[in-house]
Amino acid sequence: MAIVYERSKGLTNAETHYCPGCTHGIAHKLVAESLVELGVLDKAVGVAPVGCSVLAYNYFNCDMQEAAHGRAPAVATGIKRVRPDNIVFSYQGDGDLASIGTAEIVHAAHRSENITVIFINNAIYGMTGGQMAPTTLLGQKTTTSQNGRQLEGQGAPIRIAELLSQVPGAKSVERVSLHNTQNIRKAKQAILKAFKNQIDGKGFSIVECLSTCPTNWGKSPVDAMKWLEENMIPYYPLGVFRTPEEEI
Amino acid sequence: MAKGKVTFNVDRCKGCELCAAACPKKIIKMNKTKINAKGYHPPFIEEIEECIACGMCATICPDSVITVEKL
Ligand SMILES: Cc1ncc(C[n+]2csc(CCOP(=O)(O)OP(=O)(O)O)c2C)c(N)n1
Ligand code: SF4
Repeated sequence: MAIVYERSKGLTNAETHYCPGCTHGIAHKLVAESLVELGVLDKAVGVAPVGCSVLAYNYFNCDMQEAAHGRAPAVATGIKRVRPDNIVFSYQGDGDLASIGTAEIVHAAHRSENITVIFINNAIYGMTGGQMAPTTLLGQKTTTSQNGRQLEGQGAPIRIAELLSQVPGAKSVERVSLHNTQNIRKAKQAILKAFKNQIDGKGFSIVECLSTCPTNWGKSPVDAMKWLEENMIPYYPLGVFRTPEEEI
Repeated sequence: MAKGKVTFNVDRCKGCELCAAACPKKIIKMNKTKINAKGYHPPFIEEIEECIACGMCATICPDSVITVEKL
């Protein structure tokens, strides 16, 4: 009997606190599997954010460090510079990375820090109760945009992959989605590549993962996946925005 | 077609039903007569001979509850 799929050794045995059907769990698996497959789990150091994944240090079976809200790329920079042989990643939500942490991510990319960033874009602040995020779609209702986000006054949702693709130091930029198995497999390849880049010393890599927050979107997990596909992908197109081979 | 064996670590399941939606053979059902340790209806498969061991249920499970083997 051959194993087709089993729980990754890159995860601890802890049960996660994530809500039923939350894609944080899927993203965790992909990171864990990638570290195992590349044989770097022993020397991996993850940096956890503030947000629902604040307890990620309990779930990844490698060394972890908690960072202040939005500062994960700065903390990862410090760890990687002091311990260049370690494989260092940050794992951040969109409130963390695209709001309070915009400065840190933009400058880490400009410096082309040799780190891997896993960016979870679920278009909302999950942990704090469903407030509008910079990535919340126009018209999307949240607890702080009860009539739907408006362009006037609240601005357009920020497209992080496109924004960072303009940065010369951002060597690898890709956007993937976690809404079905086909896309989850593609997301895995993107995450593997983002870690491989770091192993090969290629510089800053980021993978933006379109994700769901069923609880704060007020949808069942299955309906949330559909909502992601129908509403997020048209505004946040999937694809490779930068590769290390291409200079700008 | 390959045949499969699917094992659910039922007490870790949060009843999200993503596995049932992802299964191309639609053989995963939630057991409405059972409640697991977390208080959710866990999944089960009646017609396991229909399983093609594709691993889609396990791939999408956010809680790594599912092991799939190819017979
Ligand atoms: C300095 C600071 N400001 C604000 C907060 C409150 N806060 C906690 S998590 C969060 C945003 C979480 O959203 P996101 O990063 O999208 O992660 P998610 O919970 O959706 O995974 C905010 C604003 C905080 N903890 N610290
Ligand atoms: S609040 Fe949203 S992002 Fe947070 S664990 Fe629940 S579903 Fe996931």
